[in-house]
Amino acid sequence: MCTYLTESIPAGGSGKGAAGWFRLSEVSVYFDHPAHALADHTLNIDFRNAELGPSARVAVELTADTARALARAIMATLAAAPAGLT
Amino acid sequence: MNEALTAQTITITGDGGDEIEAYLARPLDADSFGGVVVIHHMPGYDTASKEIARKFAAHGYAALMPNLHYREAPGASPDDAAAASRAKGGVPDDRLVGDVSGAADYLRSLPGCNGKIGVIGYCSGGRQAFLAACSLTLDAAVDCYGGAVVHVPESMSGFFKPVVRFAEQLSCPLLGLFGADDSFPTPAETAELSGVLDSFGKPHEFHTYDGAGHAFFRVDGPSYRVEAAVDGWEKVWAFFGTHLAS
Repeated sequence: MCTYLTESIPAGGSGKGAAGWFRLSEVSVYFDHPAHALADHTLNIDFRNAELGPSARVAVELTADTARALARAIMATLAAAPAGLT
Repeated sequence: MNEALTAQTITITGDGGDEIEAYLARPLDADSFGGVVVIHHMPGYDTASKEIARKFAAHGYAALMPNLHYREAPGASPDDAAAASRAKGGVPDDRLVGDVSGAADYLRSLPGCNGKIGVIGYCSGGRQAFLAACSLTLDAAVDCYGGAVVHVPESMSGFFKPVVRFAEQLSCPLLGLFGADDSFPTPAETAELSGVLDSFGKPHEFHTYDGAGHAFFRVDGPSYRVEAAVDGWEKVWAFFGTHLAS
């Protein structure tokens, strides 16, 4: 089904899209049908900057297992960073 | 029928008088034809959905698919437009009805149109096809595995409401095509919908395919199920052949 469920957060940082690097303003996270991945549903992340237009987007569509592993890897990497840097 | 057709991107007047993009496919060799409004799935106004519109034209119908995400991202690629639309909360129900109404009006205005208009929608579009058929005067409607018609999961209740509450206003016969392995809607949910339609004396025909889940018509994804899709198309041709004929 189309879940519509979307979590959006403000974002700092940059992403590289089809037209090159751009500043990020928000990230949308949702679990729904993918456009390209060969799965019925995927954990999708859009790194966006709406002010630059809808094409200012870096998109990933991840299987649920990959998404969970990624979340753990992100948290582990941040935890392992030297104190004071994060 | 020689399946000759023409297809193009056009501008139509949608909800609120907005000019929106739409994809029109129509037969070249038909003196008289019915019209079909195609409602794309949430991932967008994409290549596979345009292929559906052309399939209708090859079978003798004028098909028009409004780009439901156009306002959020005019000119963007379908996937970027869908992402932009989602980030703004998705397609509002009222706006959807207005856009389908505009598409139906456009089809009725085509020289050769017999005035009979059907609607078909896939996935989220299945729910929207039901909503449109309860909100507008149409001649036939097809709901392909639309979720959240009867029940909306608690986690999604803030996004939209069930549309079964409009069932008494259903304006035309309804064909429902569902997968037995689908979780949204489940076979129990579609049976409940059938019961509601029975209670209002609304003509409907539901088919639930074993071995198929959600999105079994989607040719560019792993959910495609050839047996269900082939038979489903036959059901569509028979249904529209009955209700949209000249």
